[in-house]
Amino acid sequence: MSARERILGRVRRALADVPRDDTPYERAVVRDYLREHGERTVEQTVDLLAENLADYRAVVHRTDFDELPYLVMRLLAERGSQYVLVPPGLPPEWMSAADPTRIHDRAVSTPQELDRVESVVTGCAVAIAETGTIVLDGSPDQGRRRITLVPDHHICVVRVPEQVVSSVPQALERLDPARPLTWISGPSATSDIELDRVEGVHGPRTLEVVLLPS
Amino acid sequence: MSGTFVGMPAFPEAAREAVRDATLRGNLRHATHTIRAKRAKAVAEVPDWDRLREAGKRIKDHTLLHLDRYLEQLEASVTAAGGTVHWAADAEEANRIVAGLVKATGESEVVKVKSMATQEIGLNEALEAEGIRAYETDLAELIVQLGKDRPSHILVPAIHRNRGEIRDIFRREMGAWGRPAPDGLTDTPAELAEAARLHLREKFLRAKVGISGANFMVAETGTLVVVESEGNGRMCLTLPETLISVVGIEKIVPTWRDLEVFLQTLPRSSTAERMNPYTSMWTGTTDGDGPRAFHLVLLDNGRTDTLADEVGRQALRCIRCSACLNVCPVYERAGGHAYGSVYPGPIGAILSPQLRGTGSEIDASLPYASSLCGACYEVCPVAIDIPEVLVHLRERVVEGGQVTSRGDKVVLKPAKGHAAERAAMRAARWAFSHPGALRTGQRLASRTRRLHPRTLPGPGRAWSGTRDLPEVPAEPFRDWWRRTDGGKDGVK
Ligand code: SF4
Repeated sequence: MSARERILGRVRRALADVPRDDTPYERAVVRDYLREHGERTVEQTVDLLAENLADYRAVVHRTDFDELPYLVMRLLAERGSQYVLVPPGLPPEWMSAADPTRIHDRAVSTPQELDRVESVVTGCAVAIAETGTIVLDGSPDQGRRRITLVPDHHICVVRVPEQVVSSVPQALERLDPARPLTWISGPSATSDIELDRVEGVHGPRTLEVVLLPS
Repeated sequence: MSGTFVGMPAFPEAAREAVRDATLRGNLRHATHTIRAKRAKAVAEVPDWDRLREAGKRIKDHTLLHLDRYLEQLEASVTAAGGTVHWAADAEEANRIVAGLVKATGESEVVKVKSMATQEIGLNEALEAEGIRAYETDLAELIVQLGKDRPSHILVPAIHRNRGEIRDIFRREMGAWGRPAPDGLTDTPAELAEAARLHLREKFLRAKVGISGANFMVAETGTLVVVESEGNGRMCLTLPETLISVVGIEKIVPTWRDLEVFLQTLPRSSTAERMNPYTSMWTGTTDGDGPRAFHLVLLDNGRTDTLADEVGRQALRCIRCSACLNVCPVYERAGGHAYGSVYPGPIGAILSPQLRGTGSEIDASLPYASSLCGACYEVCPVAIDIPEVLVHLRERVVEGGQVTSRGDKVVLKPAKGHAAERAAMRAARWAFSHPGALRTGQRLASRTRRLHPRTLPGPGRAWSGTRDLPEVPAEPFRDWWRRTDGGKDGVK
């Protein structure tokens, strides 16, 4: 007998005492919890996002479309970055004023090569106000997962308000499980040493989120 | 389970050792109290906590009661998304599958993200025996691995080490495993984290095989979810060419939507955060992004035996948040190692004896490593009634009876008069002879009165058989004393 048959057989025997129940799943679980917490205007939701991002030590900037290229330029210059990774579908205007050499992530690029790049600029799929989270889904303005992982400095542009949702349940409704998803809430951190929170172990140690009204 | 714990002394002996160790006790106390207070705050932010908790419980119960159906559905969706599914009835089978998969890639080293399941099966040791080196990449696991130590907490496995000890371990051991610790390394957490970052980065960048567990698997979509803080998980899940995930069969949820419950309750219960820094979700393989090959190893290893027990099966709802450890007065004093298993604390006390059976002294004594105070039940985000299961397992140890072991029904002999019973009695005495443990115990007992049986189960039964247990007063004496300042001014 294969391990598969053995395990499934054990499961069925283990459940022999359970009366058959064909209630469809949608009715089997009562979901009387909230879809979102509190009532807010659209502006208040964006403010809450900014507040919660900052609470987990992301650096939050607000700008407009015309100023964005200069903000990106300044953030990269302050960092002293020589190279910046850009995903294939990033709007070129965002980078139009930036000085560092743009690096495109090619399939053949090795992780070691990416490790020499200091910064990365991306868009996002959705941002969650209640938890201060941005979610990346590998769309063309976000690129492969590794480009937002190996560099130490991530600049992520969130289009407000349309990319912002209030809550985790609302975010899941918008996301496509078939895509690789990365949920990011503040820079990488550890509390493994005496429960002291230290920013930055392996992922980007600096996360800058730019809120861009459309 | 892992050979690491073979020959482990029963709970009270191991606990006594821990209590003598002042550093360990200090670290544990500081850590559990800090996180306990933070958790309460994070939970209070969510007004529908009780409803989320109830929904989480129901989702998990429903899944467990239809586990065969969801396992088949998961297998189909992972396969359709480009993954390969393997089934492992026990630890040995799982280790053999993983070792075979690694060998097939031609590699002799792997990077690992912290996973309780792979610790449970002793995967690192099994790989070592096959000439494959497994590098732990979680900071705490690295500390444990370099210190040739065992984890003592689910979430913060090196909770028993303070910064000075960690610095010494890094200085002494890092060189033998790869990039040595920087010269002049001090014991500030930031410098220690930086040392770990440098040491591990070279391993991530060259890794060809990654090994993980998963917090959740979605049957409907075939999606796996890993919740973490440091980014080592993302490294292991993204950079290697081959990814192997070893996951217990109870980690399934039926639908994508179910994640909306657990992604709210897990971070708040475990790290006391609104959301943990990183959560990765992947469904099979994606062209041009991440590993080209994905293998999912579904692990039984005692889980179906646990499922066969009507009372005990609720332990399979556990999402490994570790909230129950942080509130447990016995854990706080005894430390994680005393539980002789990768699953310490209250959850370990009900899970290990079910996964492994109660044959050994340590496993027979675990259900007694508790004062039944009920604090663990109060905080559990999937409402596992740990005291109820403890009482049930005590009965099983003492009276014997029918259980399922490796899929077969067997009849356990009562432990009366055997070494197991003596170990159990010592554990019970230990838990009750610690004033701090008892104080918290009494306080919570009055809030969870309905949980308390009228006769003491297990070795206490002979005594309680002749008399009813005294009622737990609505307000324990000590609380009353504190509230009324000893009854001054006639306050009642
Ligand atoms: S038993 Fe409950 S509280 Fe304890 S680790 Fe599991 S889910 Fe968390």
